[in-house]
Amino acid sequence: MVPLSWYIMLSAVVFSIGVLGFLMRRNLIMVFLSIELMLNSINISLAAFSHYLQSITGQIMVFLVITVAAAEAAIGLAILMAFYKNNPTIKADEINLLKG
Amino acid sequence: MTLPQLFFAYFAVSITGLSLLVVTRKNPVHGVLWMLVLFVHIAMLYLFLNAEFLAAIQIIIYAGAILVLFLFVVMLLNLRVEETERRFQWSWPVGLVAAGGYAVSLIFILVKITVFPQPGHYTIEKMQTEGNLMIIGKVLYTKYLLPFEITSLILLVAIIGAVVLTKKKQE
Repeated sequence: MVPLSWYIMLSAVVFSIGVLGFLMRRNLIMVFLSIELMLNSINISLAAFSHYLQSITGQIMVFLVITVAAAEAAIGLAILMAFYKNNPTIKADEINLLKG
Repeated sequence: MTLPQLFFAYFAVSITGLSLLVVTRKNPVHGVLWMLVLFVHIAMLYLFLNAEFLAAIQIIIYAGAILVLFLFVVMLLNLRVEETERRFQWSWPVGLVAAGGYAVSLIFILVKITVFPQPGHYTIEKMQTEGNLMIIGKVLYTKYLLPFEITSLILLVAIIGAVVLTKKKQE
């Protein structure tokens, strides 16, 4: 039997790698991909809790998280396309329209 | 180590390595394709946790829809010039320190955590006799009906938002 804490550790490590990618990458597509990575790590921990607490709620929350992730990816990439049409760069450190 | 623990060790090592590959590849297409392999591994981990429905939608929705959307945008923007440039921001050491500190503190907290399971109704035997999908459907359409409907509203907002954001301005 695999202990529950192993799954939670794996989830924490993958979440931290997602945070790392979110903070480090310049390409905005990779930043969005890091957000997907973080959502997936949370899904792992929710599914593990669902299995070990013998409750179905965790799996339903994973279902809802996946739906929100799909909506977030669609909206985020649409914003990216709209931005790219005006000034052709998707570098996170070159986008400073709101800088005072 | 027992056999399930060996399986879990393989999945843990490969998922960690694959997510590191995803965040460090220079070419966004390679990153997205490594993400595909990562999603397949996560789907197998769901099978390991007796969540067959989640494994199926992980493959169908994440790998089939979201990653294809990412690949589509990567190819549409045609970032061939960008491959020669640096891939990290100048402030990447700050990000490394922040994420590393976050990971270490999270692990120090999680080592001390104890979960007192109050076993629920949905044991593995019940899951196997009644079927994972049927149980999820029953609970989703009765107890969690309102969140399910709100999810449909979120999807509607996403559809309208994507159309409005990308359409041409009327002159």
